[in-house]
Amino acid sequence: MSRETLFNAAILALLVAVPGWALAAGEPFTITLATRAVIFALAAVGLNIALGLGGLVSLGHAVYFGIGGYAMGILAWHAQSHTPLIDGWLTLPGTKSMPVIWLVAIAASALAALLIGLLSLRTSGVYFIMITLAFGQMVYFFAISWPAYGGEDGLPIYVRNGFPGLNTLVPIQFYGICLALLCAVLALNAALARSPFGLALNAARQSPQRVECVGLDPVRLKLVALVISGAITGLAGALFADLNRFVSPVMFSWQMSGEIMVFIIIGGVGRLFGPVAGAGLYVLLEHLLGGVSEYWQIFLGGLLLIVVLFARGGLAGLIAGRRVAHD
Amino acid sequence: MTEPVLSTHGLHKAFGALAATQDVSIDLRPGEIHAVIGPNGAGKTTLIAQICGTLAPDRGEVRLLGRDVTRLPPAARARMGLARTFQISALAMEDTVLQNALLGALGKAGRPWQFFGAALGRADLRGRAEAALDRVGLWDVAAVRAAELSHGQRRQLEVAVALTLGPRAFVMDEPMAGLGAEGSHRLTALLDGLRAEAPILLVEHDMDAVFALADRISVLDGGRLIATGSVAEIRADKAVRAAYLGDAA
Ligand SMILES: Nc1ncnc2c1ncn2[C@@H]1O[C@H](COP(=O)(O)OP(=O)(O)OP(=O)(O)O)[C@@H](O)[C@H]1O
Ligand SMILES: [Mg+2]
Repeated sequence: MSRETLFNAAILALLVAVPGWALAAGEPFTITLATRAVIFALAAVGLNIALGLGGLVSLGHAVYFGIGGYAMGILAWHAQSHTPLIDGWLTLPGTKSMPVIWLVAIAASALAALLIGLLSLRTSGVYFIMITLAFGQMVYFFAISWPAYGGEDGLPIYVRNGFPGLNTLVPIQFYGICLALLCAVLALNAALARSPFGLALNAARQSPQRVECVGLDPVRLKLVALVISGAITGLAGALFADLNRFVSPVMFSWQMSGEIMVFIIIGGVGRLFGPVAGAGLYVLLEHLLGGVSEYWQIFLGGLLLIVVLFARGGLAGLIAGRRVAHD
Repeated sequence: MTEPVLSTHGLHKAFGALAATQDVSIDLRPGEIHAVIGPNGAGKTTLIAQICGTLAPDRGEVRLLGRDVTRLPPAARARMGLARTFQISALAMEDTVLQNALLGALGKAGRPWQFFGAALGRADLRGRAEAALDRVGLWDVAAVRAAELSHGQRRQLEVAVALTLGPRAFVMDEPMAGLGAEGSHRLTALLDGLRAEAPILLVEHDMDAVFALADRISVLDGGRLIATGSVAEIRADKAVRAAYLGDAA
């Protein structure tokens, strides 16, 4: 077994053991923290597909996170207030069903990624970063000024949405749902990285010219990567809103985009479990240091600095060694 | 006369005040190796970039297989059957030699939208990639990362990727550079046989290889074609000797 496999297995074990312990010890808050970490990890795994595989430094992933959040918020709000979602020649109600909400969140954020990608992928480098950031800001200010769904104040949802056969109000059950989704997406990510698509995308990141010269279109490869990436981060957004039973424009903020990227950088860019490790460490620090000081992010900044200066591969690079080619 | 596979007509390209390509008309006929020689900065790579579509000419036309492709992007030209090797290697450096060759095979198959199943497990792609590596002599380093190859080996890998495309025409920018004597003999022998599969437009500084291989030679100097002819004609050409060949002839 390679060191990376061990690293991944250890993280998976922690994701099972910590909430398991909390359940036995009667510490529901720990389960909530773990849920938060898993959802952040899911959002970051999404970004890692664009960033790690495709080399797309998107500083606007909060757009997809927020769209997922609002997909949940809007659907659930119509359901709880018994007002139809659409009332025209066709009447559509809201819903409190998680699977339906997830599908809507995935579809809506994938569509947004497609549109943003079509416009932003004409550029590269720092211009690409700026355009994605600009889209994020546009959507953020739109959300603030759009009065229909709470505007700046956001939308509270009174009861967590349901999943067939489970009681999502029980923290460990909701955690189980989130962890299962994270594992599914990690499996998808691993499959993508080894697939013919992954081979081409990997090459498009390293040498677009090479990809063109074998007759493939690097921009289209990156566009598809961005759509998959946005869809996953959108799914995470729906879960995040469900965890908090609240959605607000903060989910669209550029700080949110930055945080998702920080998870990846701390954990290891392009490493399968890098975003999981990064999100876990972030939530742990937030919990431990947040109690000490309101300005705990100063410590986070220091950590980030250390990683960027001395441990480019993040936690994964530090513990599992440098990335090996996929076999 | 047979229709050329590839041709340019009155190609012009300027970088600011520097005319890097001036009225260049050149063609590549079936079955031949057409060498393009010229001093450093003569505009050889610039010409190739326009032929392959990574650089748009200011004026003139590029034709491939009887079609005007001047406005087609590089990927479309590659799909039509144009394979290029780069003077400065453009490989996926983090990937292994085999993965780089597989990319070529994937491009040839033209179906990158397969999201499941390992690329390395695809027997069709793999067979094509391994055969190409074998032909250039990189078989034993298939599992090595491109970044760890010598400069010469990277050139060979460039050629291998081109081979996986099974192209209608090759355009090679100094494939021999950085190869030792043994490597260039081996590549010379490979290119010699390759012209039967598809003609080669060969930019090369290694004059031994050029004289051994070329059916025709064109000489570029200062962006202009100053001569085109057989090996004997070019060796005898006074202007060419003055501009480039010097003692080599
Ligand atoms: N993108 C560019 N912008 C400005 N000038 C360029 C550019 N590319 C090439 N040139 C210039 O155009 C001229 C031709 O360059 P080119 O690379 O085509 O020469 P070459 O014949 O391939 O030389 P070498 O034998 O060194 O490879 C050179 O003077 C070079 O400096
Ligand atoms: Mg050159």
